[in-house]
Amino acid sequence: MDDLLQEFIAETRETLEALAGEIVAWEADPADRARLDAIFRFVHTVKGSCGFLDLPRLARLSHAAEDVLSAVRAGERVPDAKLVNAVLGIVDRIGEIVEAIDAGAGLDDSGEDLLIAALAEGTAEVAPQTSQGTPQGQRAPTRSVRLSVDLLDRMMSGMSDMVLARNELARRLRDENPDPTVEAALERLSLTVAEMRETVTRTRMQKIDALFSAMPRMVRDTAAELGKSVSLHIEGSDVELDREMIEMIRDPLVHIVRNSIDHGIEAPAARRAAGKRENGRLSVSARQSGNQILIEVADDGQGIDVDRVIRKLAANGVRAEHELRALSERARLELVFEPGLSTKDEVTEISGRGVGMDVVRANIEQIGGRIELTNAPGKGLRLAIHVPLTLSIIPTIVVGVAGQRFAVPRQAIEEIVTTATSAIRIDMLGDTPTATVRDRRMPLVDLAKAMGLSDRPADDVPMLAIIGVAGGSYALAVDAVLDDEELVIKPAAPAVMATGIYAGHTLPDSGRPMLLLDCAGIASQAGLVFGREVAVDEDDEAESEQEGMSALLFIDLDGARRLVPLAVIERIEPVSAEQIRHSAGRLRLSIDGGIVPLVALGDWQDAGEIPVLRLQDGATEIAYAIGEALDIVTLPPELTPATQAGPIAGVVALDDEQIELLDVHWLFASNGELGDAEPPVCLLDGADSAWMATFLKPVVEAAGYRAVSKLKRDQQAAVVLTMDAAPCAVSPNAPVLRLRSARASGEKDDSIYRYDRGALVAALAAIGSKRA
Amino acid sequence: MTELYLIAHLAGRPVAISSQQVESVVDIGEIVPVPRASAQVRGLAALRSRVVTVIDSRVALDLVQNEAPATRAVITVIDGQHYAILVDSLEDVAPFELRPLSPGIVLDRGWRAVGQGIVELDEEAVLAIDLHALIPGAQLAA
Repeated sequence: MDDLLQEFIAETRETLEALAGEIVAWEADPADRARLDAIFRFVHTVKGSCGFLDLPRLARLSHAAEDVLSAVRAGERVPDAKLVNAVLGIVDRIGEIVEAIDAGAGLDDSGEDLLIAALAEGTAEVAPQTSQGTPQGQRAPTRSVRLSVDLLDRMMSGMSDMVLARNELARRLRDENPDPTVEAALERLSLTVAEMRETVTRTRMQKIDALFSAMPRMVRDTAAELGKSVSLHIEGSDVELDREMIEMIRDPLVHIVRNSIDHGIEAPAARRAAGKRENGRLSVSARQSGNQILIEVADDGQGIDVDRVIRKLAANGVRAEHELRALSERARLELVFEPGLSTKDEVTEISGRGVGMDVVRANIEQIGGRIELTNAPGKGLRLAIHVPLTLSIIPTIVVGVAGQRFAVPRQAIEEIVTTATSAIRIDMLGDTPTATVRDRRMPLVDLAKAMGLSDRPADDVPMLAIIGVAGGSYALAVDAVLDDEELVIKPAAPAVMATGIYAGHTLPDSGRPMLLLDCAGIASQAGLVFGREVAVDEDDEAESEQEGMSALLFIDLDGARRLVPLAVIERIEPVSAEQIRHSAGRLRLSIDGGIVPLVALGDWQDAGEIPVLRLQDGATEIAYAIGEALDIVTLPPELTPATQAGPIAGVVALDDEQIELLDVHWLFASNGELGDAEPPVCLLDGADSAWMATFLKPVVEAAGYRAVSKLKRDQQAAVVLTMDAAPCAVSPNAPVLRLRSARASGEKDDSIYRYDRGALVAALAAIGSKRA
Repeated sequence: MTELYLIAHLAGRPVAISSQQVESVVDIGEIVPVPRASAQVRGLAALRSRVVTVIDSRVALDLVQNEAPATRAVITVIDGQHYAILVDSLEDVAPFELRPLSPGIVLDRGWRAVGQGIVELDEEAVLAIDLHALIPGAQLAA
């Protein structure tokens, strides 16, 4: 937190310095909109950071100033000299407080109510409090310094020069049979240089964790303030970014996250009503993608109500409503970036003034980035910030192809396989090479061919790197995998980037420049097409199921065509009719050394071999005998339910035909007899376990336990049965039922006579209900 | 108005390059090719700790490639990117006055895009060129 505070102080101080000119200009011409916006942004940012850092006094001041300024922006108030003075008074005060915080000195807050009161309309002018008693002189010595990026750059390139010089020196020395003392000195130099390089690099780079680590607290506080509950997912904290970028993204990211919680995620009651989890879900992730860093903030809230945005903008009189409605869908969505917009009807402490979005976009664009919105009204909003990769350290795998080396981001590589093993097949489908790696079939791109370096036949490649890109994977054929290195990547020249297959270049220790491949670019250059990712909230199972559940179409034993949801089918297996028996009250299939309940809606006796669907609900299994499996189809969303409960859930229309859908719920409820997949274990312990296994096992199992005479590793006994006085060593936590051989009970004896079936079953049931 | 110009030989012809476009003059060592880049991009080379993009001026000028690859280069910077433009040889740096191309003179082939005017060197007319016009994609980025 201390770091953040220091940064806040340094930043506010800097902005104040920059703002000084603006303030004077605004004073001279209060109608100047650009100046007004600049000052407004300043107080808004201060307000945001204060909430974050828990500085209530600053928050109160900046909130008050923001209120007034936003009224001015909306045209509700005229910026007269009095108002300007009052705002300037507050800006000055913010500066004083910041200095006081830095100095660790107290500053009395007497004047602050007056300052805030002065903002109100129609009050007499209050003489702006001049800084009496500002603890100027006692600025505490700061433990951090701000350096220009240029200086750091020079330091970094000097460092690289040093590394290259060291390599050169080492090479020369090796050629000349060096004296061991010289060698030792070089070794020491190498170590120092390596250490230095690490430090110097860190001066420029920072893990994005620096941004993300403050998120949980902020999300919690913001959500608590709004009476919402939000669970936060963070991913990709170890992506490293230029410090400069981190600084620039900090505010926008805070705004976006706050906006998500305030505008996006609904109140728990509203969420319940909309059929969502009460807990809002917010995910913040960072990853490197091509020559960009992608930071995504996704929520499962209500999304953006574009109509409402348009109405608001029209009401503000910025543009005519029909004009706005005529815009393309994308452009309409982007209206949220218009200045002075708020879709929220009341203003809150958190956001809701529509700042944020225009400021956010301005900040991101300033660093050459862009923002993309993916809106799913009612379901959520995904906001992706693309920031250019100006400089970054990326873990890479160095591959060789046609005598040249290229770096591939390690993140993109799923695995590397050699084609020498039998698990890998390369086939030609027409003229398109495909690779099959352990049952996964994927397109194959020969890097040498993609680069125009060679024209070998597609099946003559030694190694495959399996590359994961958005929407799928492909196999990239390379000659060799050479190295594994962390590289400092810089953007390459436009002429090089224009090829679309490179993400940047780097200068490794060898002193030979190397190019970093853009895996997504190579895929698209090679003409590979992957389905786009599900746009919003792919982890909401209920929704994705509704999108179109897959089902198996089959001919049942009675000749009817029926459907069964694909998800419950574990496999389809042909069995011989002899494996099916009517035994112990129902049809059963003996398979894989076990017995599984079987459902057959027709005659099976006459067939020699019957295909059987093995259905799984995750715990139990039942088998369903069918005539023939036909096809996999997507279930239409409308289902006409059956008139009564039974094996058929209802009927759907598929190609104008009525097809019955099996009710897997009913099937499992009425046939899955092993209700509890893992029945609790009853340990038959002691010397008489053989007797117990023979005599008691059926009784114990009928009571819903699995009887074992020896515990497997990791197995926990729910109850222990033991005979007479045999000591019981294992499972000390489990209740012990003691049986006795004698019919008469001794004194203070809670044991059960071993042939008293009723008492034993009752005791087991009592333990069972206690467990539940 | 006089300005400093670097006189170089490019594709067998003398040219004048404004010193404002010249960061330094170097000998280029090993060049790592960039597959799939346009032909005028010879590759990448390391210049101390920096990676520079090497531009073959002959290809950029749409001229026939000569056999012996040049190793001398003029370094120029556009948008923070360093480019090395290969030249045959370098002569001198001296102040010259830039004159417009005389009416009626039409430059042919690639020269047309880069020619800026004329400087007079010992009564010999030398074409002044815009180095940045040789760099593919740079015009777009600029």
